[in-house]
Amino acid sequence: MDWLRHHPTLRHMIARAGWYLLTFLVAVTINFVLPRLGDASPVGVLMARASMNLDSATARQQEEAYLAEFGLVHVDDKGQLVRDAAGKPVPTSLGAQFARYLSLSLRGDLGTSILQYPRRVSEIIRLALPWTLCLQLPTIIIGWVVGNLLGALAAYYRGVFDRLFYPLALLTSAVPAFCLGIMMVYLFGIRLEWFPAVGGYDDGMVPALSWAFLRSASYYYVLPFFSILVIVVGHQAIGMRSMCIYELGTDYVKYAKLLGIHERKILLYMFRNAMLPQLTGLALALGGMVGGALITEIIFSYPGLGQAILTAIQGNDYPLISGCTLLITVSVLIANFFVDVLISLLDPRVRASQVSTR
Amino acid sequence: MLKRLLRSPSFLFGFTLFFGTLLLALLGPLVLSLDVEQRVGLAYTAPFPGHWLGTDHMGIDMFSLLLQGLRASLYVGLVAGTVATLLGTLIGLYGGYKGGLVDDLLTSVTNLFLVIPTLIVLILLSASLEEGRSLSLIALLIGCTTWTWTARAVRAQAASLRARDHVALARINGFGTAHIVLLHIMPYLLSYIFMVFILQTASGILAEASISLLGLGPYDSISLGKILNEAVQNEALTDGAWWAFAPATLLITVIAFSLYIINTSMESVFNPRLRR
Repeated sequence: MDWLRHHPTLRHMIARAGWYLLTFLVAVTINFVLPRLGDASPVGVLMARASMNLDSATARQQEEAYLAEFGLVHVDDKGQLVRDAAGKPVPTSLGAQFARYLSLSLRGDLGTSILQYPRRVSEIIRLALPWTLCLQLPTIIIGWVVGNLLGALAAYYRGVFDRLFYPLALLTSAVPAFCLGIMMVYLFGIRLEWFPAVGGYDDGMVPALSWAFLRSASYYYVLPFFSILVIVVGHQAIGMRSMCIYELGTDYVKYAKLLGIHERKILLYMFRNAMLPQLTGLALALGGMVGGALITEIIFSYPGLGQAILTAIQGNDYPLISGCTLLITVSVLIANFFVDVLISLLDPRVRASQVSTR
Repeated sequence: MLKRLLRSPSFLFGFTLFFGTLLLALLGPLVLSLDVEQRVGLAYTAPFPGHWLGTDHMGIDMFSLLLQGLRASLYVGLVAGTVATLLGTLIGLYGGYKGGLVDDLLTSVTNLFLVIPTLIVLILLSASLEEGRSLSLIALLIGCTTWTWTARAVRAQAASLRARDHVALARINGFGTAHIVLLHIMPYLLSYIFMVFILQTASGILAEASISLLGLGPYDSISLGKILNEAVQNEALTDGAWWAFAPATLLITVIAFSLYIINTSMESVFNPRLRR
């Protein structure tokens, strides 16, 4: 391990990776423990639904199949139930269940949905995720670019533009996303009927890569898109504006002005310094995008992850709930790790601190 | 400082707005007769004399529901804000002042829960509670999940104050940790802690509204978020029954906006870096 001493950045990365692994374990534990605090067992729910028209022998067989499916009883190598002397299946301990949950989660297997049995949770998520990503990725990136430009302009020109723009940006960044969503659904969807109010595509259509479907989907896309975009722009503009105002007052900008350096060059220096926190914000927003618009999606009945979580909650579908929450948590963790590494590579001050703490 | 604050127009604007909603919530039920049990009309009846905001999907007076919801939401916000601010401040102050192993441990725990999304933990917690989801418990849970960024910020400031001479003097004089932290470090952070409280209150109200919209709201009371949830679930939007959701939306927006304005105006007064 001696060679690591000469690579402070690499050592820092390894330390951070270890730390995020620990965080991941805590997150998985939360995902495992919390849904099991209640006394609702998935098998009980399924049996209540299935046992109505079954005789007792088939019902017991069905129950044992469910028990094995959710890992609640011991199963031998051949997939057969392990039975005790009385012929009853042997229940697994909570520890064994956790180990199973952990190893399955690491392999991307999130279990079976209760509500939509026998569909896999990962399959439900795979169908919902593209909608969420298509909604979030463009809004975050376009909103980030537009917001930062407007914020920098407002800080630089001040005057009338700033005085009009700043309160507006404050308002849009303070309005809760779901409030804006509700008002947009009502105003543009119901009252003015400019765009379809709720849903992701026309009723009766099947998602496919055809022109008719894409046209329908893009029509439904407009309202949720703008309701998120407006807020992202407001947020970014406020942040960028105050960063730029701060940078404009720093000594290096004053000194550069005294030296008579060209205005545009100073702006470039300033912009680079103001950008770092904004870049961090962008990376974190991208990491949070999977779960960033849950409520907005619900308001618009958009067929993304928000709708999946909502139906899961309404039906006490714990595997689906914790599958969604685990996915959201993991993407946030990855983004945070990425930002940590990025900053340690980009920011000379952070690099210096790693060398000095050796 | 206080004078500067009271002369700032945006602070006064935000304060008046928030105080107005608070007054409405506190005095409304005393002055007006409210009834959230009695049906006064058909489902989604448009506003009519005596019931100026119409009825909800059950035919209950919307104005009564709205005031009840406002009270509940403000209550959740204030309780969650108090709990989060208290927890964050105490953990941050203690860790920042003590340093060493205690600090490392507290910082690790803080950072750990800082990166796990709050809404996700709230969803899992509320979903596992099922029947036991009372308004107070939800407020408590929100407070217990949102304290982390406060702890981190307060810790950083406490750690820098630790090196001040008057703290060293207090330690030489034999004062205990609690005494030093509360009387020699915290006073310097009071304006900051108050701003934190404002933000935590706002985020508490929004968090409650979010989990209510997910169908995980309190079973024992009506909050603004729950009114919105009922409206969305019972097709008030597509029925065009604006009175069932627009007033609640407006109230949440006004509360969030006023608290946000209070915070930014306080920051521009107390933070010399941003002062023009």
